[in-house]
Amino acid sequence: MRQLLRTPAGLAGTILVALMVVVAIIGPPIWGVEAERINPSVILQGASDAHPLGTDNLGRDILARVMVAGRLSLLLALLTTLIGAVVGTVLGALPSVLPRRGARLVTGTVNALVAFPGLLLAMFTAVVTGLGAKGAVLGIGVAIAPSFARLTQTLAASVAGADYVSAARMLGVPRMRVMTRHVLPNIAEPLILNLTQALGSALLALAGMSFLGLGVQPPSFDWGRLLFEGFNRIYDSPAVALGPAVAVALAGIGFNLLGDALARAAARTTTPAKTAPAPVVARQEIEEPDPEAVLEVRDLTVTFPGGVTPVRGLSLTVAPGEIVGLVGESGSGKSLTASAIGGLVPYPGEVTTGRLRLCGADLDELAEHERRKLLGTSLAMVFQDPMASLNPALRVGGQLAEVATVHQGASREKAWDRAVDRLDHVHIPEPARRARQHPHELSGGMRQRVVIAMGLMGTPRLIIADEPTTALDVTVQRQILRLLRQVTAETGAATLFISHDIAVVGELCHRVVVMYAGRVVEELPVDQLVAGAAHPYTRALVASLPDMDTDRSQPLASIPGRQPAPAEVGAGCAFASRCELATDRCSTELPPLIPYGKAHQVACWEAQ
Amino acid sequence: MAGIPRLQGRRLLAGGVSLARARSAFLLRHLVRFVISLAVLLVASFAMIHLIPGDPVRASLGQAAPIELIEARRAALGLDQPILTQLGTYVRNVLSGDFGTSFLSGEPVGDVISARLPNTLALALLATVVALLIAVPLGMWAGVRTENGRNRGTEATFTSATGTAIAVPEFLYAIVLVAVFAIGLGWFPPAGKGAPATYVLPILSLAIAPAAMIARISRVETLRELGSDYVRLARAKRLPAARIYIRHVLPNTLTATLTIGGLLLTGLIAGSVLVEYVFAWPGLGLRIVESITQKDYPVAQGVILVYGAIVLVVNLLVDVLLGVLDPTSAVKET
Repeated sequence: MRQLLRTPAGLAGTILVALMVVVAIIGPPIWGVEAERINPSVILQGASDAHPLGTDNLGRDILARVMVAGRLSLLLALLTTLIGAVVGTVLGALPSVLPRRGARLVTGTVNALVAFPGLLLAMFTAVVTGLGAKGAVLGIGVAIAPSFARLTQTLAASVAGADYVSAARMLGVPRMRVMTRHVLPNIAEPLILNLTQALGSALLALAGMSFLGLGVQPPSFDWGRLLFEGFNRIYDSPAVALGPAVAVALAGIGFNLLGDALARAAARTTTPAKTAPAPVVARQEIEEPDPEAVLEVRDLTVTFPGGVTPVRGLSLTVAPGEIVGLVGESGSGKSLTASAIGGLVPYPGEVTTGRLRLCGADLDELAEHERRKLLGTSLAMVFQDPMASLNPALRVGGQLAEVATVHQGASREKAWDRAVDRLDHVHIPEPARRARQHPHELSGGMRQRVVIAMGLMGTPRLIIADEPTTALDVTVQRQILRLLRQVTAETGAATLFISHDIAVVGELCHRVVVMYAGRVVEELPVDQLVAGAAHPYTRALVASLPDMDTDRSQPLASIPGRQPAPAEVGAGCAFASRCELATDRCSTELPPLIPYGKAHQVACWEAQ
Repeated sequence: MAGIPRLQGRRLLAGGVSLARARSAFLLRHLVRFVISLAVLLVASFAMIHLIPGDPVRASLGQAAPIELIEARRAALGLDQPILTQLGTYVRNVLSGDFGTSFLSGEPVGDVISARLPNTLALALLATVVALLIAVPLGMWAGVRTENGRNRGTEATFTSATGTAIAVPEFLYAIVLVAVFAIGLGWFPPAGKGAPATYVLPILSLAIAPAAMIARISRVETLRELGSDYVRLARAKRLPAARIYIRHVLPNTLTATLTIGGLLLTGLIAGSVLVEYVFAWPGLGLRIVESITQKDYPVAQGVILVYGAIVLVVNLLVDVLLGVLDPTSAVKET
């Protein structure tokens, strides 16, 4: 309830519905006499001080009549909803207890009726029963039923499959009893939610019928009937029609907002507030930029609101032609690092860098259009899921060609030719035909080739491949890895290869950067990976790899414990809690990344 | 309708035969369902007259009508025949386009329908187009602005504004628009059908609520597509924002949006009855209200039959279209 009142919409809906209920209760006793008082001296008047909404053809005050009519409008809507809910719930619950054939018949009927407008059914019953509230209530009630039926059916189907229903059936509990004792109680809540919305639409539909002169007949009157009477006079005195119109509109809005808010309150899951303190990132002195490097990152930190920092103080240098592997478990921040380099960190994440240089240019100092062009042509990105990386609605060739038309000002034909040429380059057979196809006509491996070809449309200096083979099967993986190696060799571009698979990294890369909980813990040449790793985490990763000599009778090696979430990382080494070598110092003091032999850096107090 | 199942469906499609078979089974199932529904509708509209308590002829002619006239009318309507014979005659007549004759004006109901149906359809279709033209850009704009939960203010405003707009029924829009723009400001004619200006208010009254609904769908769809990998890749390619939204995102949001638009069309057809009444629009809706009030049963029967058939046709088209656009829904559905 408190949640309901927290949003302005929920609050407004609650107030409007409450007001309506109050008017329905106190309206007739307070204004009842005035609403019926016939006064021949003031017939058919417009708005005045004495009669804010004017008077009708018998001189009765319309404002008083609006206040009184609320009760009938609401009661009829309640009755209509009740009919709809009862008929619908029974219809909907039947298939879960009926034999198969009967169930199909009921389901089919409900499906056919569910999209049938209520007003048409109401007109049908109006013809049969004659004009009056009875026909409207019956017709609209029956029209509401299918939506209740469908909801009940969906819910009941999920409950009917539950073990306790099967158990009740096995025990020979009669069908009706299974329904009333076991099925219905478990689906009551969403049904009640639906009631609120149904009540609103019933009220509006009834008002519509009365407005057409087909619903409530005199001497009774509801809001729709007042509208019917007022509408004929709208040219002389609009207030006469607008008064009841506003009443109907407010009621409709009230029920709708309340229903929306109820639905949202029911769907909301409470998320724990993250209040970890912002980490103190020790800023290191930054050395002179390396003019040779393709990519130079210093002190990269990604922060999310609440002080969550999935990447902290990361530094990385990639030389031309080099393939650098960035390894770590999921959640270690490796993909976010890739996004940050590409400037793709989603809102509300914030990226701060001590330095971010691509191809010798400082990205923070470039003008916006220069940065776009540099990133668009010199940086190629390949993502994990080739099924999702290509736009399903556009032709493959067009998605490649647009890089050239946008960034290089190429003509459409030139761009298309280049696209076909690039597809050929990544060994896609019949590239001209494939270019005209949509992504769903291509296999997963072929799509990943297309994404790589897209990166080759410009003049890539750096390819960031974020788990490019994870979603592919093993033989296709090999082909994509081979292609990446070939592309790197041919273009002289560097590759930052991100993976959780240390075996693949060991095979493809020249150098390996190991990340743990948002930091680089070790950086080493690939030939030292197996024998020379210094950080306990890297060693554990390597040890967890099965090889030909692994004893198959033993369980595969794994690292006990789990990586801390970004909000949980404390002051010391994040790996300390899982580390066999950990000392007191490890959990209180952060080990810096320091040189450890040639081309090798490690962040560990115990790596001596 | 999530992205991944859709793609899996497409993969199935590439797989070939099984899907083709599933698809023709799907089409057949929907056709059968359509024909059955149509038959039920036909019987229901026939039964309508017979469900009326007492004698419909007497009810329509009044208690004072001479007995000879009543007998003559009964014979003319075939009400003196056995009920199954009557049903047979009715079905045969309807299928050959004979919907009977109006009690009041004596004109064939078929003529009434063919004269008025185009006006109703024009109103409903134009309103759908207008609703889509307003809603899709609005929803996309809201989606882009509120991506990843930024601009909470915009989101709150958008949600409550559309929620309010959805909650107000079309006849109230019609009344307010008439009061303000026709009577108050005098910009548009208050009623009738003629010059293009007479179309403006009826179409607007019909279009506002569906537009709000479609705008919501469009925003949700846009948000979903913005979170997809292909948008990430398009952003990595550093395409201009307008190109990403219009060329990459828009086509992918249209499937769901158009489907909902189609479903709303049936609601629009019912809503048009009320709007026609407000604007004295010479469509089927105005006529059915008159015929029910005046107990002109053959007209009411014929018009309800036509309305029902339109609803069934629209639903069939939407289902089939959805099945073609989104193969998984066709395969999964039982």
